[in-house]
Amino acid sequence: MSEPKIVDARGSFCPGPLMELIAAMKEVDVGDEVEVLSTDEGSANDVPEWLDKVGHELVENFQEDGVYHIRARKAK
Amino acid sequence: MKKILIVGGGMGGTILANNLARRLRKELDNGDVKLTMLSASDQHMYQPGLLYVAFGKVMPDELYRDQASLLEPGIEFHVDPVASFNLDGNQVATASGKTYDYDYIAIATGSQAKPDNIPGLMENCNHVYTEEAALKTWEALSSFEGGKVAVVTGVPHKCPMVPLEVTFMMHDYFQERGLLDKVQLHYTYPIGRLHSLVNVGKWAQKEFDRLGITYETLFNMKEVDGDKKQVHSEEGTTVDYDLLIGIPPHKGMETIEDNELGTSGWIPTDRATLNVEGHENAFVLGDTTNLPISKAGSTAHYEAEVVGENLAAMVKKGRRVRDYDGKVFCFIEAGKDRATFASFNYTTPPDPQPPTETVHWFKLAYNKLYWNSVRGLL
Ligand SMILES: Cc1cc2nc3c(=O)[nH]c(=O)nc-3n(C[C@H](O)[C@H](O)[C@H](O)COP(=O)(O)OP(=O)(O)OC[C@H]3O[C@@H](n4cnc5c(N)ncnc54)[C@H](O)[C@@H]3O)c2cc1C
Repeated sequence: MSEPKIVDARGSFCPGPLMELIAAMKEVDVGDEVEVLSTDEGSANDVPEWLDKVGHELVENFQEDGVYHIRARKAK
Repeated sequence: MKKILIVGGGMGGTILANNLARRLRKELDNGDVKLTMLSASDQHMYQPGLLYVAFGKVMPDELYRDQASLLEPGIEFHVDPVASFNLDGNQVATASGKTYDYDYIAIATGSQAKPDNIPGLMENCNHVYTEEAALKTWEALSSFEGGKVAVVTGVPHKCPMVPLEVTFMMHDYFQERGLLDKVQLHYTYPIGRLHSLVNVGKWAQKEFDRLGITYETLFNMKEVDGDKKQVHSEEGTTVDYDLLIGIPPHKGMETIEDNELGTSGWIPTDRATLNVEGHENAFVLGDTTNLPISKAGSTAHYEAEVVGENLAAMVKKGRRVRDYDGKVFCFIEAGKDRATFASFNYTTPPDPQPPTETVHWFKLAYNKLYWNSVRGLL
């Protein structure tokens, strides 16, 4: 499996980690993974909600040293 | 002699060039430093003014100045866009076939709207991101006699406030024309609230409810069907429209992509030093960075000040002085005569206050003061 594309959205208030992820998802191929790093608490909920609505897969979602790591796989 | 090369004569490049010329006046005058700017146009456009062009409030010719007239003496300026970058060899080649070498380079080539990236968007939407499009939008808005106006937003886009501003301004515009009861304004947004800034989103939601503007969140454009006048979302929903206002997705410039400096034309940038990743003598600023912050003029402005201060110190004393803290300041027009603002950085979120007429007038004043700001006087 290839390494996930990392979207470093730490300290992002605008355009926001989810916006960054949406943009990154457009650039990768189906089956590829994207990992968002975010310090924004809201993203831990926003990102899974969006993935669910669009139908991409949430691979993992954990917090370490104040940074959320949310990894997703492009499904379509 | 130290050679500094600035690529791009827009907001970021111009503020940086003037900032450096002031800090390095003595070195420029006695030939210890050479400051060169390469740009793609001999004109400088105040892009935020396009929003007002779309409502017929500003004519496009008011938005232009000769680029050379904005630059401090001693800055060598050429209209000769860079065609290829050789960051390892400290050299660029230009469209005219010349090469320029440098000790330091700053890249500020900006970004461009790509409505053609979404099927059907280009042919069917009105937008405000070029002079031609803003004029067409003015024509569309002024000849509109009622129906459903949908606002759709792509990611990433330039200036995070434009989707809200254009919606609020349309509300007041149609009200002024006595048409509001025949118009349904419908706003969509890619994420689960009305704006990516939580506080701005909350504030906007209250305003929309008060003004009767309807909305759908988690709406990412997939394609536009111009025959049926429908926009389909990635999430599987559909919005009908009679008039479509689009905030198209953006990309960095082709030159950046063609030279493989960064995916989609966004150059990987160190968030604190603003170095092109892996190149200590190369800097990026403005829309061209891949930083997860607003693609806005104020971002370019604050970044230019940091790069200017650091480069001047490096030339004079061989070391840099400070980091960029992610600072951004955005005005938000909340109608035709009210505005608020959001100010934030990497660690402190914004807290927008209720809009006032004073802030709106300040924004209008800034539209004029811009020419002093870009000269580095403000
Ligand atoms: C409708 C609209 C509303 C906006 N509202 C606001 C607002 O309210 N507040 C705010 O802060 N920002 C706003 N912005 C955003 C702001 O205008 C941009 O973020 C800002 O101009 C970015 O500055 P920049 O220096 O990165 O790029 P630009 O100002 O776009 O400059 C890029 C420069 O690079 C040159 N160039 C391009 N390719 C080459 C090349 N290959 N070689 C050499 N030169 C090249 C171009 O000729 C240009 O001079 C708005 C933008 C628009 C379009």
